[in-house]
Parts: sequence; structure tokens; C-alpha cells
Amino acid sequence: MMKKAWKSIVIIIVLLFLYLPILILAVYSFTDATQLGAIRGFSLHNYVTLFTTPELRDMILGTIVLAFSSAVIATVLGTIGAIGSFYSGKNVSSAISTVNQVPVVNADVVTGFSICILLVVVFGISKDTFVPLIVGHVTLCAPFVFLSVVPKLKQMDSSIYEAALDLGATPAAALWKVVIPQILPGVVSGFALAVTLSLDDYFVATYTKPATFDTISTYVVNATKGSQTTIKTALWALSTVIFLVVILFVVLMNLQANKEATERAGV
Amino acid sequence: MGKISFSRKSLGIPYALFLVLFVVAPLFVLIYYAFTNGQGQFTLANLTGFFTNPNTLGTLCYSFAVSMTTTAVCLLLAYPTAYILAKSRLKAKSVIVMIFIMPMWINFSLRITALKEILTLIEGNLAYYPFANAVIGMTYDFLPFMILPIYNTIVKLDESLLEAARDLGAGETEAFLKVTLPLSVPGIVSGIAMVFLPAMTNYVVLDMLYNSTYIMGSLIGSYFAAYNWNGGSMIALILLAIICLFTLLTKGAEEEENPRGGALL
Amino acid sequence: MMEQRENIIELKHITKTFEDGFNAVSDFNLEVKRGEFVTFLGPSGCGKTTTLRMIAGFDIPSEGEILLNGKPITDLPPNKRPINTVFQRYALFPHMNIFENIAFGLKQKKVSKDVIEKKVKKALELVDLEGFEKRKVSTLSGGQQQRVAIARAVVNEPEILLLDEPLGALDLKMRKEMQLELKAMHKELGITFIYVTHDQEEALTMSDKIVVMSEGKTQQTGTPEDIYNEPKNAFVADFIGDSNIFNGIMTGHLKARFCGGEFDCVDDVEEGTHITAVVRPEDVILTAPQEGTIKGVVTSVIFKGMHYEIAVASGKNEMVIQSVKSAKTGDFVGMKVEPDNIHIMIAEDHTNIFAVEINKNHRLEYNDTVLDTSLTKIIKGSRRAESGVLLDAAGEEIDPAKIKVMAAIGPNDIKLTDHQDEGLVQGYISNLIYKGDHYSYVIHTDMGQDFVVNDEYLWNMDDQVGLIMPVEKMTFSVKR
Repeated sequence: MMKKAWKSIVIIIVLLFLYLPILILAVYSFTDATQLGAIRGFSLHNYVTLFTTPELRDMILGTIVLAFSSAVIATVLGTIGAIGSFYSGKNVSSAISTVNQVPVVNADVVTGFSICILLVVVFGISKDTFVPLIVGHVTLCAPFVFLSVVPKLKQMDSSIYEAALDLGATPAAALWKVVIPQILPGVVSGFALAVTLSLDDYFVATYTKPATFDTISTYVVNATKGSQTTIKTALWALSTVIFLVVILFVVLMNLQANKEATERAGV
Repeated sequence: MGKISFSRKSLGIPYALFLVLFVVAPLFVLIYYAFTNGQGQFTLANLTGFFTNPNTLGTLCYSFAVSMTTTAVCLLLAYPTAYILAKSRLKAKSVIVMIFIMPMWINFSLRITALKEILTLIEGNLAYYPFANAVIGMTYDFLPFMILPIYNTIVKLDESLLEAARDLGAGETEAFLKVTLPLSVPGIVSGIAMVFLPAMTNYVVLDMLYNSTYIMGSLIGSYFAAYNWNGGSMIALILLAIICLFTLLTKGAEEEENPRGGALL
Repeated sequence: MMEQRENIIELKHITKTFEDGFNAVSDFNLEVKRGEFVTFLGPSGCGKTTTLRMIAGFDIPSEGEILLNGKPITDLPPNKRPINTVFQRYALFPHMNIFENIAFGLKQKKVSKDVIEKKVKKALELVDLEGFEKRKVSTLSGGQQQRVAIARAVVNEPEILLLDEPLGALDLKMRKEMQLELKAMHKELGITFIYVTHDQEEALTMSDKIVVMSEGKTQQTGTPEDIYNEPKNAFVADFIGDSNIFNGIMTGHLKARFCGGEFDCVDDVEEGTHITAVVRPEDVILTAPQEGTIKGVVTSVIFKGMHYEIAVASGKNEMVIQSVKSAKTGDFVGMKVEPDNIHIMIAEDHTNIFAVEINKNHRLEYNDTVLDTSLTKIIKGSRRAESGVLLDAAGEEIDPAKIKVMAAIGPNDIKLTDHQDEGLVQGYISNLIYKGDHYSYVIHTDMGQDFVVNDEYLWNMDDQVGLIMPVEKMTFSVKR
């Protein structure tokens, strides 16, 4: 179809487009520069600022705590929802799956705005309680957990649950000891997905967060509007740190996958 | 039915309640607010206001323009990339694909910041090319969402179909046009679904790139800032209607991918 | 003192109707003695697995009662029943090793650790898998997994062991081996086995008692010998072993006419009764043409190792014969059957039942003729889309290949005609008998089926006729 050179060119262009901005920013984050252009001397001051400014530190920690706590709630809800829906009648389970699709296809702006109206305007819950924010993020994430658990339930041999009952396990024990271990990969990837969705979210947080609280997204968006250069270049450092964490994560995942593959091949 | 099936079914209740409370109820609240005024009286003014005001109609058009251009650019970049990756004989294919979707896991606001710095360096002043910048920003943000589903459909294609086409006398180009391309339509459709709608609403990309033109999402933002719940709800409803329409149009090509999640699984 | 009942489990008038209206089992009755090896035998969809699942507790009967040692357990959940199951596809827990799988049931009962270890070891010895404790499920072959599944069930010392087609996934050689081992295990353990299979040979070799099932009903219950030698009806005869089955009529005292000849038999059935005659292939004796009750031409000969399988066409009937002597295709032969090898069953119900097809346009069709009737009324909850396609209650398109429609019509509702084109189907008269005020005919149709027709006029044997069957007189039923 395409000549080999062409293939490489396409791949390189797309890769450059995706990575060049992040990589250049990563290089500049180790300098004194306040804008791209002339490179000045090597410096770690951006990283020092990033980790010592209380405002930045709180914002990063807050984002992580929010992501993990809403991901835990979303994972529990989404998983038991998927199990319940899977074992329910056809009508009930298709109703649940349909409604579950709404936050998935919906624009985040609409999700965030509608939750804000319901909880803050209609029910009068103060944003300072963090309730609207947590509810918003759980609503954003739980449907994706649901979606990653359901295929695992479908793949599972349905008679193993019955086998557990047959061997004397109560329904609860059968679920816990047999069904949950079988769908665990789906639950774990659902959880990971929930964490990334929450970390990346801007819109739901904007509409539901307390005024004094910021996630990375809301903080960065506001910071770029201002002209505080120390903060701006510290964010370059943050971007680089996150980039490195993601790379580390991908490498670890691949190592794990390779290990499993060789284990399987070795048998 | 017996006691056994009851206890498993009942696990669905908390999640069903959750969905009713935080997914269904907000939709009804949106409808209520969209068709009432600040005093809680029924009105169609929000609806007619949107469709008679040249500014809001302009916003709708501009949103469509940004969104369609972004989708087209993403498709043009993503299809060849996905095709080349899926057809490559490299052993570590999954690792290479991972490289293309890895940017999805870096916070989008930080990535747009990076893009902004580069664009400023190249263009000198971002104000010169507002529309192009909006499209570049959106493309930068959403490209991985287009590559992934297309890659997944092509990689699952049965190679023997192509061989059969060649065997029956089709040239390489013809085999691609008549077999691979039609069979990768489901991936293209779910890719479009993942790019088109967010590109109409993710107004932060424009904000960060100093493009002050409104898109549909920005309208919600501005009504929110003005505590005008009724106006905002109407915009949200109109967006929902567009989403519904879009979902209905693309229903034929079932998405098996977990839209945003496919990357992780 | 504990009363030791003879019957360990009793099923009384068990009926199971599923939520979608499918009637899997109806009015099923069974008594199983302690220590018996009972087999439910029948084709897929006959309700045997559903019955087993009701005994296990996975399904609750819609009606009827299940008694274990005389006490009702109909609604008892499976984990409270002293009954264990060996599942068709093993259902081993993939995330546990072999030891953990087998110990699962004992752990639920809070048995102490060293007792568990002893019992698991013994169970593994029983199935010849000593030393497999630490192995992973995925490293075992199908046969080994099945053994673990058996060990996992028997280690709990259940009162009844249920086996749901346990050998279905194994290859032939493995299956034969396991059959013998299961039988030996049954003897050694002394517990009651209830076994489900669609393989008649398996049922005949292993069981003390066989329950032949079809369409949710018991067709016959008895020892393997009873079932093989004295099948109660055409279904059992057909399902157990190979059989020649003919429709016929009693033509005198201990005389029956079928397959174009008049045979002596030992069953005393009233003259003029419509009957079904069953002849086992090994019971047909090949003779010289003039010595046979019927004659025919050999159409095929297949060597089967121990014997030859010879098919003979006699008129329009076919007789299959097992013989140690060979024959040549095209030979003209005679055939006779000893009277006590002819099994006569009274055909009680003369309603003609035949399969009709759903054609491409989703209309009912028989013999290439469209039947003018509403399919949507026949298939519960269905409706027709604008395109003419049939949709089920859930709105999904119905796949004609997945459902079977049966039509039924009484013998008085069919008219015979000389104008064959007017008939829905054509055939020749293969049997007739005068019934006082009318004649009763058996017509062998070109579709290969026998129809019973009552008519006041006299037709002759072998007359070619058309059968006029008004659609409004037919009743339809749907099978999946």
C-alpha cells in the first residue's frame, strides 16, 4: 500500500506532534528560562518551587486524594452495579446499561453543570462540603468501571458461581470467593480508569468544587490566564514529573505483561 | 424466583438508585430549568432566544466549524497511523501503540500549556490564527482517542479477507478500498464520536490559547458564571439533543470499545 | 432411631415453566432408591438438565415437590442441600489450585485443617491424581479437570451426586475409560448417582435405572434391559438403539400389517387398531425371497466391523438389517421377523403432527405451499415489522432457523382427493381398515411421513391421492 519511507514519515510526524511540546517543555523546565527561545543555564529552581510552594503542594495532593477517593467509591458502586445488573432480568439490566451510557457519551460540561444545578441549586448543598465535587467525579467515573467489569462477567463461566453454592458456600461467600476473583482484572482496570478520568477532569470540578480548592486542571487553566512566571514555569516541571510517572507506569506494565507472557509460555 | 437469584439481583439496587439520583434526576432538573424563567414560570424564551439571537447561532456555527475541522484533521492523521501500526509486523506492537495513547494520561491542561508555548514560539502571537489554533489544540488533545478505536478494528480484521480479495484479482489499492476501509468503518465511527462532541464543548482549549470566540461549551461557562441556571440548562439541553442525534446516527456501527477507557484495558 | 427410608429422593408432579413461558419440565415424577445409579436420558432440550438443576437447587420448580429422605427440600437453597454436582464443563475455580478447589466445600463447613488435608488426599487418590495438590487448573488436561471436579464433589460425602453430562467434553477413548471408572466409583462410594446424558450407550452401560425424557415429560422409566427390549413408545424405540419403526394396523388376532406385509405378533391388540410397530435391525432375518413375509431389494451394504448393516427397500418402505452375513446391492431378498421380536405399540392419538417451515418471507410453508395463517399469533409476543420481518417480544428479529413450528391436524379433518394437485401434500395409501361406518387410512406421503385419515369412501391400497388439509383445522405449536 504505502512505501516504507512514507510509513516512517507519517509515524514520525504524528509522534513529533504528540510529544514535541511535552519534550521541549521538559527541557526548558530544567533551565532558568521564562519563555521558550533562548536557552539559559541549567537550573532546578522550577522543581524546588513545585515541591516547596504550599499552594502547589496542596493542589497536587488534593487532586490525588480526590482522584483516589472518588475512584474507590466509583469502583465499589460500578462493580456491584455490574454484578447486580448482570444477574438481573433482561429489562432491568438493559435499563441500567442504557442509563449508564448517559454520562459516558455526554459532554463533561453538561454532566458537571447538571450535577451542580441538582445538588447546589435545587438541594442547596454547599460546594464547601466537597459533596458535589465527590458526587460529580463518582458520576463521571462509575459508568466506566461498570463498562470494564461487565465484559469480565460475560466471559466468566457462569457455572462456577453455582458450583460454589453447590459446595455449600452462601451466596455472599460465593460472590466474594469465586466471582470477584474472576472479574478482578476488570475491576482493577476500571479503578485505574476512574483515577485517570478524575485526574484529567476540568469541567465537573469547575462546576462543583469549593472556591478555595483547586485540582491540577482548574489550577493550570487559571494560572495560564495570569502572568505569574514563577508559577508558570513550575507547572512546566509538574508536566515533566507527570510525564515521567506515566512513562514509569507504562514500563512497569509492560514488564509485568512480559513476565506473565513468559510464565505462560514456560508451562 | 428463588432466594438465590434474588440476592445477586439486589446488588444492582444501589447502583440503580445512584444512576436515578445523579444521572436521571439531573436531566429532569435541566429540562425544568430550561423551560422556566428565573421566577419559576414556564417559558419558551430560553429556547426561542437561542435560535433567534445571531450571537448564539454564530456560536453554534463556529462550534460546528471547529469540531468538524478537528474531526477531519484527526481522521486524516489517525487513520494512516492506526493502519501502519496495525499492519506492522513488529513484535512489540502493543508497546508502540501504548506510545501513541500515552499522552491521554498526561493532564490535558498541562499538555495544552506545552502546546501553547510552542505555538507562541512559532506564530509569535497566538491572536494571528485563532481558528487554526483552536483546531490544533483540539486535535492535539483528542488525536489519541481517534487512533485507538481505528487501530483496534484494523488489528482485528481477518487477514485472510485481504488475501481472498487479492486472490480474486483485486490490486493492493483496490483491496484496501473495498475490504479494509469498509470494515474499519466501526472504528472510524467510534473515533469520530469521541472527537466530535468533546471538540464542540471543550472551551478551555480555546481559553488557554487566547481564542476568545465562544463555542457551545463556553456558553454554559458564561451562564454559570452569571448564575443564570435557566439559560445554561437550555444550552445543556441543546447539546444533549445534538449528542442524542449523533448517537442515533452512529448507532449502526456498534462501539465495542469502552470509549475513553480502551487505552487502559 | 433414624428411620432408614428406601427412597432417598422423590420428585412429585414437578413442573418448571420459565419466565419467558418456556415449559421445560411438566408433571415429572420419580423415586430414586438409596445407592441407585439413575440416568436421565434424552435429546438436548428434553428437560433432563433442568430436572437435575431442580434437584441441585439452582432452579425452583414452578409446581410440585421434591422430597429428600421424606422431607421437602423444594425451596432449599443449593448450599443447604447434602447434594453435590459435577458440572458439564467442570466449573473448576480458575484462581485456585487443585487443593483449594477440592477443599472449598470442606472449608465452607469449617472442617479442621488436618481433616481437610486428609480428605483431599483421599479424594485425589480416588480419582488417581495423587500429588496434584499444588497444580494450577489451567495446566490440567480435560480428563484431569473432570477428575478434579469429581473429587471436589465427592469429598463432601454428599448423599446424592449429580452428574450433568460429565463426559460430554471428553474424546471417545477418554469417555469410555471414565465410564468404567465412574461405575467403579459408584460401587466403592455407595452413594446415589443421578446422571444426565444424551448418549444412549452411556446410559445403557452405566445405569441401574434409566429415565427416558422428551419434551419435558418422562417417556419411560426402567432398567436398561426393559428400556432396550420393551420400549414403551416410538420415541423410546427410536432413541434407544437403532430401530425400524412403522405405522400399521391390526388386521386380526395377533396379526399386524405394516411395511407392506402381514406379520404374526405376540401382542394381543384389538383388530382395527392403529399401531406403531418396532423391529430392531438385529431381529430381522434375511431369507430367500419366497420365504420372507416381505420382499425387497438391497439398496446398500455397509461393513460395521462386527456385522453388516444392510438396507432393503420393500415397496416404498425401508428396512435396516444387521446381519453377520453380507448381501449384495441389488439382491432380491425376503425378510421375516420372529413374532416375539415385533414390538407393537398402540398409536393412541391419531392426530397427525408435522413440521412446517418458516420461509424467507417469514411466512409458514409446507411442501412449498404457503399456509394462510398469522405467524404472530403462533409465536407468543411476536409482531411483524413493516418490512415483514418477524420480531420477538424484545423487538429483536426472529431467526427462522432457531425455531421450529409443528402443525397438528386430526384424521377427520383431512379429505382425500383424486386430483392430487388440490392436496397440500400427495402420497399413496399404505394401509386401510374398515371401521364400521368409515375407513381408516394410512397415507405415506411424498414428504416421507405417514398420515392417518378417516374417510367414508373406499380407496384401494397403493392409490395415489392428494390430502386436502384446511389451514383453519390445524393447530400450531412452537418449539425451540
